[in-house]
Amino acid sequence: MAVTFEHIRPSACPACNAAPAAEDLAATQAPASVMLSLPGIHCAGCISGVERALLAVPGVQAARVNLTLRRAMVQADASVSAEALAAVLERAGYEAHELDPGLLASTEADRAGRELLMRLAVAFFAMMNVMLLSVAVWSGADGVTRDMMHWISAAIAIPAVIFSGRPFFVSAWSALRAGRLNMDVPITLALGLALVTSAYETLHSGQHAYFDAAVMLCFFLLGGRYLDHRTRASARSAAQELAALEVPRATRVALANGGAVEETVAVADLRPGDVVAVKPGGRIPVDGLVTEGTSEIDRSLMTGESLPAYAAAGSPVRAGEVNLTGPLCIRVTAAGRDTALARIAELVAVAESGRANYSSLADQAAKLYAPGVHVLALVSAVGWWLYTHDVRIALNIAAAVLIITCPCALALAVPAVTTAASGRLFRKGMLIKDGTALERLAEVDTVVFDKTGTLTQGAPLPLDVADLPEAKARVALALAQGSSHPLAASLAQALTARGLRPAEVTDLHEVPGFGIEGRWQDQAVRLGRAAWVGAPPTRETATCLRIGAGEPRVIGFSDRLRDGASDLVAALQARGLRVILISGDTQPAVARFGQTIGITEIIAEAMPDQKAALVADLTEHAAKVLMVGDGLNDTAALARAHVSISPASALDAARSASDMVLMGRSLSPIADAMRTATAARARIRENFTIATVYNVLAVPLAVAGLCSPLIAALAMSLSSMTVGLNALRLK
Amino acid sequence: MEALGFLIPVSLLLGGVGLLAFRWMLKKGQFDDPDGDANRILRQDYDDRPKP
Repeated sequence: MAVTFEHIRPSACPACNAAPAAEDLAATQAPASVMLSLPGIHCAGCISGVERALLAVPGVQAARVNLTLRRAMVQADASVSAEALAAVLERAGYEAHELDPGLLASTEADRAGRELLMRLAVAFFAMMNVMLLSVAVWSGADGVTRDMMHWISAAIAIPAVIFSGRPFFVSAWSALRAGRLNMDVPITLALGLALVTSAYETLHSGQHAYFDAAVMLCFFLLGGRYLDHRTRASARSAAQELAALEVPRATRVALANGGAVEETVAVADLRPGDVVAVKPGGRIPVDGLVTEGTSEIDRSLMTGESLPAYAAAGSPVRAGEVNLTGPLCIRVTAAGRDTALARIAELVAVAESGRANYSSLADQAAKLYAPGVHVLALVSAVGWWLYTHDVRIALNIAAAVLIITCPCALALAVPAVTTAASGRLFRKGMLIKDGTALERLAEVDTVVFDKTGTLTQGAPLPLDVADLPEAKARVALALAQGSSHPLAASLAQALTARGLRPAEVTDLHEVPGFGIEGRWQDQAVRLGRAAWVGAPPTRETATCLRIGAGEPRVIGFSDRLRDGASDLVAALQARGLRVILISGDTQPAVARFGQTIGITEIIAEAMPDQKAALVADLTEHAAKVLMVGDGLNDTAALARAHVSISPASALDAARSASDMVLMGRSLSPIADAMRTATAARARIRENFTIATVYNVLAVPLAVAGLCSPLIAALAMSLSSMTVGLNALRLK
Repeated sequence: MEALGFLIPVSLLLGGVGLLAFRWMLKKGQFDDPDGDANRILRQDYDDRPKP
């Protein structure tokens, strides 16, 4: 089994040094047992830090971190909310998200994993004991001693194989019933035939018994199966974890007893005609029309536009958009499966069915292997029967051939490498949701990036604060500090960083959807949307400042690059990959951004179906496309691409459509993933070669009837071990 | 050769004890968080006084 322990010094742990910014969390009720996802924890220092921070919160009774799953289980009073705990951890410097424990059906996978581990242990116990007894036979025991060894071996091996081989028998039976052949059919046949002929030989004081080979076979195959299960279980729990991150609830406003009553309901229970309230900073849960309130709407996840849109009574809004400044009441026009969000999900389902045709390296090997083995065993059995007219010899030969060709090394070849690779990438902050994703990633020759929220953080940065005169800047700072609008918050941060202090502005008040105004030295001052301030309309993200009757000053914003974005693009181009930037944003914004980051091939103002069409078009021209995107407008393209990656900040529809998810905020793991994927594919190929070489050497011996149980045992264990060790070489 | 008469049962018994011990560990959840356990031993929280 591939178990690696990596001890990292606390100071080398990024999560201990840097605290990534908080993400929006949906409001929830307080459960008694809270589960938190901690994607950034790495080391012993993190465990202590997180547990200490959680235990310091009043009302928390117990907190335990699981470093393997990157989660914390907290037992707390009902008054302690998961949101508050996550905020405490963010302040302590650990990225934390609330998980919905109801969605995490990990207990089922845990049970299956434990069961498999127990079977593995029984097979190991039997293998060691039978091997010990077999040593006596190999070194020349004969007569009564040999018979006794065989009898004891039989007594251990037969129940052990029946118990630990169950997964193979079940799978083989279901394949046969469906009229198919899979890997488990020859395995079951080999195990059964080996036990039956060996038992027969033992009864008749025969020379050769393959009990040791049968249990060893079981052990190595179960080892491969267990690794495979672990990879798939962690991939599945990763997918569930991502779904659990987004708790789909809405606040419904109902008229009762003459007054408006707010109640928290599941999004699935909303009907057209209901009215929902969305607080500033909240995500809009349904498609609908604004009935009350004014605000600004961030559509970047839906369309890729970086400029927030104005919303007032009568404006249409769509599920997935984010409400920025003022509270809104929305009349539901479509909920659940009828929303624009769900229609995109349907596009995704259609696109995904096309990708299901991918056949992995393991599938290709199994397709060649399973029929080949049966034919070989049958031919050698029939040949020996014709030659000797002895059924006993013929069956012995057939059993030997099946045991030798049994795919121990083949069964380990892929899971051992995948386990090593996905463990490595998980430590770097990348979740692999699909077992074959790494193989597909290794084939990529074209990379398509989305702009807003993928290459950028989706958070704006003021452009020219440095040339703003000090007096004006101080007024702007005073105004900006009074608002929670993301542009204002970012401006305030940038101006504070310049070392400025706010001017004395009185009568501050925010006009939701427009901006913020106040009085400074007996002049009216305003900071907000161009039209409201009286400036010419802007094409790009900007806010305007006006002091008294003076000329309005436009402060432009550009999106902040995500960490590692430019390095990643440079690294991809250095590898000779074609890099394309596609965005729903305006042409000038995309062009300027492309220039900054060094991408020459850009496509702007693309609709969601155009993105998918571009990917489909590239695929048709034999390109293997890697799509990196985060928005709803990217989901169809993500699903259609050969392989896809989305950041953790993406909408859950985008995350569930992609094969890999970045857990941290940096893009740099993508370059690592490509390197690891290429290396992993090379290792898998090497492993197949090693397994084949062993088979080619040993099969002629088995067919010729020269394969003693000793040779079978040696060939099997040597090939399995070389394959396992080769997988661990993965860098 | 008479030694085999008790050596084989003894070796089987010892192996069986190991198997039962493993089963106990599995039931106790000692394989639930291998990375965490490997790291927990390195922290210094309870070096000077035991865990309360």
